[in-house]
Amino acid sequence: MSAIMLPGADGALYQRDHSWHPPANTPGYKSTTFRAPRQPLLALGATASELTGPTFGHSMLGPLDNDLIRNYSQDGTEAIGQRMIVYGQVLDENARAVPNTLVEFWQANAGGRYRHKKEGYLAAIDPNFGGCGRTITDESGFYSFRTVKPGAYPWPNGANDWRPAHIHFSVFGHAFAQRLITQMYFEGDPMIWQCPIVGTVPDKAGIEQLIARLDRHNTTPMDALAYRFDIVLRGRRSTMFENKLEGN
Amino acid sequence: MLHPVPTLRETPSQTAGPYVHIGMTPNFAEIRGIYDADPGLAMLTPQTVGERIKIVGRIVDGAGSPVGDAVVEIWQADASGAFAAPMGPTSNSAPPFTGWGRQPVNAEGVFTFETIKPGPVAGPDGKPMAPHVSLWIVARGINIGLQTRLYFADEAEANAADFVLKKILDPRRRQTLIAPREEGIVPRYVLDIYLQGDKETVFFDI
Repeated sequence: MSAIMLPGADGALYQRDHSWHPPANTPGYKSTTFRAPRQPLLALGATASELTGPTFGHSMLGPLDNDLIRNYSQDGTEAIGQRMIVYGQVLDENARAVPNTLVEFWQANAGGRYRHKKEGYLAAIDPNFGGCGRTITDESGFYSFRTVKPGAYPWPNGANDWRPAHIHFSVFGHAFAQRLITQMYFEGDPMIWQCPIVGTVPDKAGIEQLIARLDRHNTTPMDALAYRFDIVLRGRRSTMFENKLEGN
Repeated sequence: MLHPVPTLRETPSQTAGPYVHIGMTPNFAEIRGIYDADPGLAMLTPQTVGERIKIVGRIVDGAGSPVGDAVVEIWQADASGAFAAPMGPTSNSAPPFTGWGRQPVNAEGVFTFETIKPGPVAGPDGKPMAPHVSLWIVARGINIGLQTRLYFADEAEANAADFVLKKILDPRRRQTLIAPREEGIVPRYVLDIYLQGDKETVFFDI
């Protein structure tokens, strides 16, 4: 579909609802104290610089990029932990699929330990687990990868704060202003509601949007559980033009 | 003109956390063998047209300490002012220049991009915007990615006419987006990013 840009309705993005996102300064998450800008953000109607963004081809992907169980295997041994498939659809606010966009993910191992030189938690390293992967959404906006369920872990914030099991996500969309980083949690985990980082999201319904649902239909029998996590990026103001949506 | 009403809400942002490098620059994080190279590391090919430059900056927090765990991404037009994006109003779909870069900062909070100086891009009023590079910064303690721009100090005339810079009424704050040029074999544009304080960088709500 060709983009027909009309004056004043040029496919700009919907205004971002900052009351739905965490504010910059959230005292319960102490790292924000000195890193949160204090001046108001300057409102900038998106220009070509923000309405375009990098594109990535499927050819950049290696065959194991979306298989964290095997992509860091040192000797053919698979990663330790609860095997699972994480999948979902990337959509925009107009509920349209976002195809061919890069999705990156990273996580701790099954014991809650990251493979990182600054990580000091005493849980064991898994020699066959690197903790990162990536994929590109298909024509319908779907992504999937295989991994092990990450463990919960303690972190220096309060005297005894713990992160619930989670997976980090980075998503591009098709415009640089759609760029998003977030975290996915697991349905039924009581620790979600005790976490200061989860608690930076102001609205309970917003937090619910970060929780992946157990999906029995997509499990691999005798192998892996499945969790579904849909991701919504900002949508464009589409112009109604000859009864067709244009500008996307 | 009618617009459809959005039916879904954007997924809330969460911090990239202290281990963002595992996911975004795994080779830098010494997780080798999964990806050939960290994405966005190299923006240039020998065929890239344009003046080679370096963009260098240091990210500083409100206590004056370097932010040593950030990841910075940039997005920019090529030397002719076109974006390497088929979705864009001005596109070149087989780019010798990607326009996109990603770099981790070092322990001193310093990032370096080897790129080209972009050309002017049309603004919403049809007039060209001054050449600029879009920046997006994530790190532990940053709940939602910070968006800003780098402008070039040697484009004083274009900068004076730029509609974004003109929105910033305080000239001292406007200066937080303008990088001085340092001559060398490859010229450097240096712009420090202050997350808070008297020199706080202008960040955008786009």
